[in-house]
Amino acid sequence: MSLEPQELSYLKSKIGREPSSTELQIVAAEWSEHCSYKSSKKHLKMLPMTGPLVISEKGYDSGVLDVGGGYVITAHIESHNHPSAIEPYGGAATGVGGVIRDILSAGTRPIAIFDGLRFGNIEKDKHARWLFKNAVSGIADYGNCLGIPTIGGEVEFDDCYSNYALVDVAALGFGKKENLIKNHANKGDLLILMGGPTGRDGIGGSQFASDLLESEDRSAVQIPDPFIEKLIIEAILEARNHKLINALKDLGGGGLSCAVSETADSLGIGIEMDVEKVHTKEKGMNPEEIMISESQERMLVITNKQKLKKLQVICKKYNIICSVIGRVTSGNKMHVKKGKKTFADISTEIVANAKLLDRPSKIPTYLKNIQKEKKIATIPNISKTLMKLFSSPNIASKIWIYSQFDHEVGIRTVIKPGQDASVLRLDNGKFLSAKIDGNPKHCFINPREGAIGCFEEACRNVICTGAKPIGMLDHLQFGNPQDPEIFWTFLETLKGLTDFANYFQIPCIGGKVSLYNETSKGPIKPTPLIGVLGLIEKNPQISQKVEPGDCLVIIGTTKNELGGSEYYEYIHKFIGGNCPKVDFSESKKNMKTVLELINKKYLKVVHDCAKGGLAIAASEICMTNQIGCNISLDKVPHKTQEPERVLFSESHSRYLLVLKQKNLSKVKSIMKKNKVSFGVIGKFSGKKIQFNKEKKSLADVSVDKAEKIWLNSLREMVLVG
Amino acid sequence: MKVGVIVFPGSNCDRDMFHVLRDVFHFDTQYFWHEKGLPKNIDAVILPGGFSYGDRLRAGAIAAHSPIIHDIQKISEKGIPVLGVCNGFQILVESGLLPGVLLKNNSLNFMCKWTSLIVKNNETPFTSQLKINQKIPIPIANGEGRYYVDEDTLKSLKKNNQIVFKYAEVVNGSTDKIAGVCNENGNVVGMMPHPERAVESEINPIDNKPSSKIFESLLNNMGVYQ
Repeated sequence: MSLEPQELSYLKSKIGREPSSTELQIVAAEWSEHCSYKSSKKHLKMLPMTGPLVISEKGYDSGVLDVGGGYVITAHIESHNHPSAIEPYGGAATGVGGVIRDILSAGTRPIAIFDGLRFGNIEKDKHARWLFKNAVSGIADYGNCLGIPTIGGEVEFDDCYSNYALVDVAALGFGKKENLIKNHANKGDLLILMGGPTGRDGIGGSQFASDLLESEDRSAVQIPDPFIEKLIIEAILEARNHKLINALKDLGGGGLSCAVSETADSLGIGIEMDVEKVHTKEKGMNPEEIMISESQERMLVITNKQKLKKLQVICKKYNIICSVIGRVTSGNKMHVKKGKKTFADISTEIVANAKLLDRPSKIPTYLKNIQKEKKIATIPNISKTLMKLFSSPNIASKIWIYSQFDHEVGIRTVIKPGQDASVLRLDNGKFLSAKIDGNPKHCFINPREGAIGCFEEACRNVICTGAKPIGMLDHLQFGNPQDPEIFWTFLETLKGLTDFANYFQIPCIGGKVSLYNETSKGPIKPTPLIGVLGLIEKNPQISQKVEPGDCLVIIGTTKNELGGSEYYEYIHKFIGGNCPKVDFSESKKNMKTVLELINKKYLKVVHDCAKGGLAIAASEICMTNQIGCNISLDKVPHKTQEPERVLFSESHSRYLLVLKQKNLSKVKSIMKKNKVSFGVIGKFSGKKIQFNKEKKSLADVSVDKAEKIWLNSLREMVLVG
Repeated sequence: MKVGVIVFPGSNCDRDMFHVLRDVFHFDTQYFWHEKGLPKNIDAVILPGGFSYGDRLRAGAIAAHSPIIHDIQKISEKGIPVLGVCNGFQILVESGLLPGVLLKNNSLNFMCKWTSLIVKNNETPFTSQLKINQKIPIPIANGEGRYYVDEDTLKSLKKNNQIVFKYAEVVNGSTDKIAGVCNENGNVVGMMPHPERAVESEINPIDNKPSSKIFESLLNNMGVYQ
């Protein structure tokens, strides 16, 4: 936990003297990869970050979108991987807490949580099961207590996360544009630390997160207290209503060091503070510990003397400690004292801006042959394979997880978890749709196309609810960036996302980079996680009950793209092959067509084709509606021959539509007009899911049996093993 | 005529309940912070859901000692309607205003799902517009929602018609599938499911009319007990 030798000499040359030990600790925290983005910052600028709806303000930790009628949405994404890998309950819980405070920092009320979780093979590995179960409990206990609904997410299991965990949390906020906190500060303003006491928990957490996970440094994991966080949310929003806050910043990675230096740097002010004024959990903490502690549930507030009294009254009401720890000065230095003695006096511009790196990159050798196809033995019994896939932890229903999250509180949840994307109603009469998606199996085989695929999948999911994508969040998770091969996969991912964002004009409104995600067996697969927000002006696409006689239509072409598919990896244990690639113009055409059909109210159900391919997507419609369907592969537009490939390919840009027979001709004429490839592939009736080709039955399974396995297997795996 | 929504530190369904009372059913609605007293002219009081004091000790145990509980007890003795939902129910039980206890669910997990209630008593101020055995689609969201009473108490609950709602299915292991009870007088009602989450068609995927009757019953009974 210290600076690299070249960073130390850079620091010395900048300040022209030896740094004090407190200064060293402050700088080491702030220059950690986690806080400074020193490896990634130069490259992240390639992503488009502006757009007609994007509002940019100084010093925000979350992205802001104008959704009309005087209202804004705020959004942010964070991860808590290292802590969750050691202590999954506390790590996941504090991950929720941190991203919620980022939303709060803009002066908006948090209204939704999403979580993206990744673990090792829970079927075989008890430790992975333990991590999974406790991370879910941590998120549930924290989010439920706050009264913020967890309305969506995704979970994936892969051997590359053995003995490790990725816990990503995204949060959304909502508020009036006029209530946004416009960060500003004047000389003489007061620096206030609000919330829980500062302790020795989470010491050096950000540096710990910027290192390889070789030792279990439990003291670097923070301790969660959602009750205090809830009180802070209410106190801050009440103070915001009374205009008592000039500037606001969450204390996250790097603790006070980071919050103070970044606030001062972004506002162009100096700050003088006294660590003796900081309320602590225990006596005898030294200035360094106080400056880099990452104790949770703390906010930094800048206000003035006139407003202080009112702020103290609010804090007293909620029983929240608020300490005046310093003041705003002219100049640009952070001056840290203990009583009268100075411990650090250093330019915030230096502290807040680590020297950015140009890491070398090189195409990984493993990629050379990975896209080669392997001759896959034909499977004798596709029905059996289908049943096996329903029980795969990556495909099985996630109801065991989301039923532990209060997804109704706040009474906004129009489309609930378990569907393509969740939808919230807003106070301006519009609806917000949101989804997060990742796919490390694809990303490993082709980092660029895999990342684009995650982005497109998240778009498809919000499109399925009738929403137009308006913003994107990216969370880029990789191994050690000092390895040029890993850094290459990071750059490829970023380039892919940038191309897609530019083509579809979806601005990136927030993101996070998490590096050094390695286990004893090596780096994780490239794991970008993409969140997409969509806006619905009037009517969300709410699924209607599927009835006998309804038609099943597919939009989009099925290609020979099974690389990274659940079929190759779960059934055939083969990692490799053609990774699905998004054809941008086909993608755009299909999105537009689906939205047009939704707006014309022709569709009963719209479902995205993703993991497990057409076979799984069609079965999911059958299972959730408890109705059978007879599906003919002859009508599926495809560029591959073997029936297994048509059934299980994970090609992008595909949608399944369910409609009444009487709407079919109108729907067909719109699809023809828009020149999309489509097929009317099935008819619903009875209680069996049947796939046929040239009148020959390929698979025939009972809806009830399939549903039972699909609904229960994840819970059974966790509880029984 | 005024309805009070009581806010404890950690309440988190207070704003939802307030919205439903004021914007959907047009009650004159006011928040009351747990340290405040209640005015004399209050016509009904609702304790909303949430995690008062972070569920420390036991759900509702600390809030049951809030200063406002004393006032709630006084008005309840006068026959004024009091409703506790979820954590509000737990607080009423912990403060002794309602019988029984609420234990951890059988699954040992927090559970959020839609279920159905069956009306068993339509003589309370919150159920008078409902029919006996009428079904109400409604969501639950709790970790400590398993209602428990011993056999003798169950007998007396039945005898005094104190079982207000039952679940239509086995949800969490509650004694006799009980989801909501009232005091002997019938004016204090507690229930684990969330009626405020079920009264607007936009967010209720099944049917919002039955749960709306809970609030319509109160509207009909406003001022009757003053």
